[in-house]
Amino acid sequence: MTDQSTLWDSLLWLAINVGLSLALLVGLLVLVAYLLLLDRKVWAAVQLRKGPNVVGPWGLFQSFADLIKFAVKEPIIPAGANKGVFLLAPLATAVCALAAWAVIPISENSWGKWVISDLNVGILYVLAISSLGVYGVIMGGWASNSKYPFMGALRSAAQMVSYEVSIGFVIITVLLLVGSLNMTDIVRAQSNGIGTSAGLPSSFLDWHWLVLLPMFVIFFISALAETNRPPFDLVEAESELVAGFMVEYSSTPYLLFMLGEYVAIVTMCALGTILFLGGWLPPVDIFPLNAVPGIIWFILKATFLFFMFAMVKAMVPRYRYDQLMRLGWKVFLPLSLLAVVVVAAVVQFGGVS
Amino acid sequence: MLTAVFFYLFAVLAIGSATMVIVARNPVHAVLFLILTFFNAAGLFILLGAEFLAMLLVIVYVGAVAVLFLFVVMMLDVDFAELRAGFINNAPIGLIVAGIVLIELVALFVTGAAGGLPASIPVPAPGVETLTNTEQIGRVLYTKYVYFFQAAGLVLLVAMIGAIVLTLRHRDGVKRQSIAAQNARTPATGLEVIKVPSGGSVFPASEGPR
Repeated sequence: MTDQSTLWDSLLWLAINVGLSLALLVGLLVLVAYLLLLDRKVWAAVQLRKGPNVVGPWGLFQSFADLIKFAVKEPIIPAGANKGVFLLAPLATAVCALAAWAVIPISENSWGKWVISDLNVGILYVLAISSLGVYGVIMGGWASNSKYPFMGALRSAAQMVSYEVSIGFVIITVLLLVGSLNMTDIVRAQSNGIGTSAGLPSSFLDWHWLVLLPMFVIFFISALAETNRPPFDLVEAESELVAGFMVEYSSTPYLLFMLGEYVAIVTMCALGTILFLGGWLPPVDIFPLNAVPGIIWFILKATFLFFMFAMVKAMVPRYRYDQLMRLGWKVFLPLSLLAVVVVAAVVQFGGVS
Repeated sequence: MLTAVFFYLFAVLAIGSATMVIVARNPVHAVLFLILTFFNAAGLFILLGAEFLAMLLVIVYVGAVAVLFLFVVMMLDVDFAELRAGFINNAPIGLIVAGIVLIELVALFVTGAAGGLPASIPVPAPGVETLTNTEQIGRVLYTKYVYFFQAAGLVLLVAMIGAIVLTLRHRDGVKRQSIAAQNARTPATGLEVIKVPSGGSVFPASEGPR
C-alpha cells in the first residue's frame, strides 16, 4: 500500500466517522428537545395543568422556541467573574455530556453495530466521561465569584463523587454477569438468562433488571443523584441557593448548562437501558415484535426510564443534604459492596455465567 | 497517519498544560491545567492500545482525586504574591532534581539503545495477544501479583483508617441525629406530657440528661 492510499483511507475513515457522529448528535438533540417537552408535560399533568401548549400543535415546537429565545438573548458576564473559566464551564458540561454518546450502541442488525466507537472498555468510558460532568458545575460555581454558586458547586462536588462510587459498584455487578466491558456484549448477554433457562423464548425475563432487581433500584436512584435531578437537586435547590451554580448564567451559557444536564440524564437512561433493560432486544423474541428495528425498542425503553425520572421529579420532595450523604455512603455503598460480593460468589460457585 | 497526528496533538497539549501548571498565577487555573494534562496522558495511553489504563486514569485521577484537589484549592485563601516568591526561592532545588532525573532518563535510553536492555523484555505468553487488555491485566494482577495487590490494598486501608483516626473527635454536648430512633417513633412515644412545677424547670426525658 502506498502512502497516497493510506492517507486517502484515513481521510475517508475520518469523514465517515464525522458524518456518523453528526447524525447521532442531531438525532440525540432532537430527541432531547422532545424529551424536555415530555418532562414538562408529565410534570404539568401531575399538577393538573396543561403544560406548554401554545407554540405549534400541542406545544410541539416549544423547545425550539426556547432555543431561539436563549440564543438571541444577551449573555451577561459578572464583573467579578473569572471570564475564561466562567465561559469554559458550560462548554465543559455540554461537551462531556455529548461525548459519552460516542460509545453507546443504539442497535445491532445485519449492517453491523450501530455505534460510533466500539470501545473494549465502553462502560468505563461512559463512567469516566460522566464523572467529568462535575467539572462544569465546580468551574461555573467558582468562576461566578459569588456565594450561592460556590455553595452549589461544593455540594455538587461532594454529591457526584459520592454517588459515583455506588454507580460503579452496581455496574461491576452487571459486568460480573456479563464478563465483558464492551457495551454491545452487555446487551447481547441479556438475550439469554432466567427465561431461556426455563425453556421460554428469549424475552424480557432474561434482562438484568429481574436477576439484579435491587441493583436496578440502586442504579436508578444513584442516577438521579448523579445527574442532579430532583429529589437530589441540592446543587440548584431554588429554595436554598436561588439557582445554585447557575445563578450568574444567562443566555447561551445557561442554555449549554441545561442542554448538558438533559443530555446527561438521557445518557443515564440509555445506560440503564443497556445495563438492565436489554438495550435494543425486543421484549419477546417472536414475530411481530422482533421485526421492529432495534433502535425503536432502544428509544422506547430509554424514554420509559426518562418518564420514570420525570415522575420522580414531579412527586418526590427534595432531600435534605445530610440525608442525601447518609443515603449515599451509609446505605447504598454497603448494599452495593455486599451485592458485588454475593454476585461474584454466585457466578464463581453457583455455576451461573 | 492519523495516529501520528493525534500523538503529536496529545503530546504537545500534555507538555504545554504541564508547563502551565507551574506557570499559571492562579492556583485554580493550575489545577485545571493539571486536569488537562491527565486527560492528554489518557489520550496517549489510548494511542498505545492501553485503553483500560487510560479509563482508570480518567476515572480515578480526573474524576475523583482532581475534584477533591480543586475543591480544596478553591476554598483556600491564597496570597498569590507570596506564592510566587516561594516559587523563585525553591526554583534552584527544583532545577537540580529535574536535572538529575533528566540525566537518569538519558542514561537509561542510551544504555537501552546500546543493547543493555532488550534481553529483559518479557515475551507475551501464547494466546495473550487475542485478549482485551482488561483481561490481560486482570489475569496477571490476580495471579502472579496477587500478594502485591493485596499489600497495596492494605496500605491504602491503613492510610484511610489513619486519616479517620487523626481527624475524628467525639465532642461531648453535641446533639446527634439517630435515624433509627427517629424512624421508630410512634404517636405514642412522640408525645410527652410533663408537669412543670411553678417557678421551676423540667427537661423532657427524651432530651436526655444535660
